[in-house]
Amino acid sequence: MSRIRDNYENSRAAKFEAWLRGDYDPMSEGMEISVPKTDGSDDEIDPRAGLVISDALYDRHTNKALKRSGYVYRVLSVVLCLVMISVLLWMVQFLPKFGQPDNPANNEVSARYIEKGVEETGAVNFVTGMILDYRAFDTFGESCVLFIATICVQILLRIDKDDMTPATFRRRKESETDRLLEPKNDIILQRVSVVLVPFLFIFGIYIILNGHLSPGGGFSGGAVIGAGLILYLCSFGYKQTERFFTIRTFRIVSLVALITYCLAKSYSFYTGANHLESHIPLGTPGNILSSGLILVLNICVGSVVACTMYAFYTLFRKGDF
Amino acid sequence: MIDFLQTLIEYHIEEAASMILFGIGFSLLLLNRNLIKKIMGLNIMDTAVYLFLTAKGYVYGRMVPIMNSGITDPNAYTNPIPDGLVLTGIVVSVSVSAILLSLTIRLYDRYHTLDLDKIITEWRKEEDN
Repeated sequence: MSRIRDNYENSRAAKFEAWLRGDYDPMSEGMEISVPKTDGSDDEIDPRAGLVISDALYDRHTNKALKRSGYVYRVLSVVLCLVMISVLLWMVQFLPKFGQPDNPANNEVSARYIEKGVEETGAVNFVTGMILDYRAFDTFGESCVLFIATICVQILLRIDKDDMTPATFRRRKESETDRLLEPKNDIILQRVSVVLVPFLFIFGIYIILNGHLSPGGGFSGGAVIGAGLILYLCSFGYKQTERFFTIRTFRIVSLVALITYCLAKSYSFYTGANHLESHIPLGTPGNILSSGLILVLNICVGSVVACTMYAFYTLFRKGDF
Repeated sequence: MIDFLQTLIEYHIEEAASMILFGIGFSLLLLNRNLIKKIMGLNIMDTAVYLFLTAKGYVYGRMVPIMNSGITDPNAYTNPIPDGLVLTGIVVSVSVSAILLSLTIRLYDRYHTLDLDKIITEWRKEEDN
């Protein structure tokens, strides 16, 4: 009982087939393409050539329509904000009461993580066990997001050596003077940072290494180390910092950390999905050297975060490393 | 109205605070013309979301989710899942604000102002002429 479509040419199936074969472009329909004339179009006059739009059109005080639209926008946004806050507050009173044990958020998922967490991951800190073992893929995404954000900022703020536009020229000059004036030799800052920077580094390393035992982990420890690096840079200048931290260090550390994370977690996901034994000892929960891969992953995440923090600072300050 | 306020203060003070913070951030985003302050508004909205999420995971009288003296009873600890979600959120908001700030620097380089209205006006002039 198959019915033969008499207008197969115009049907969706035909278009899909044509698109599959590559001789139909779905975007071309309904799109007006005007090919610029190249031959003998010199005598054609652009209708907007002699048109000069006066600045008064854009001036808020002289253009009534613009003024009115701005006014309406402001009133509407105030009304929208007030309505949104009141609706949200009204809905809040129908939520389950704060801090009650039978709230819907405290369901079997978190119970499972707490009951089996130490046994399966070896981490005493349930949150670390969750984010670096059960949901390690998510954390890998986070590290990649940080890395990609650094790359994007670098692309946006990079100072091109050959670019001679005034804005780039001005920024290049600014970064050069910044470089010349460093170190500023602020004696108070230098004395304080001599005392503080080693403690910051040690504290950050402590937070990273104890991520599976106590509150903390790669993100917070990495942020502390990054803050230490920034303080050192502020007080001693680029010349001192570049003895141990350049863009090369940033590249190598980020690359090695991300690849280690990827390989380690791929291994454990592969063995876990295929019901193989992973041969990674979990150790005694509570020791520093325990909980399998979590310590390694914490160190990877921490180094990526420290590099990212420092990179953001230098990029925003002088547009380059 | 009194009842409404009483339930809000008695049982939902954290959620209510997070909603008000969200509203403050949203109004900053809509009403302020300065681009940096708009980014600040976005960050305040992020903070409101973190407060709301952590408030969802808290239970009165329970320990933080770190194993203490071998207890693995789920009724002894608060919920660890919102903490992990907030961690993700913080990382993403840091990245987003960094990219937004660098875009703002580029806009400032081109238009020499942080006022969004002026930037749009300049941009329209360039488009029209």
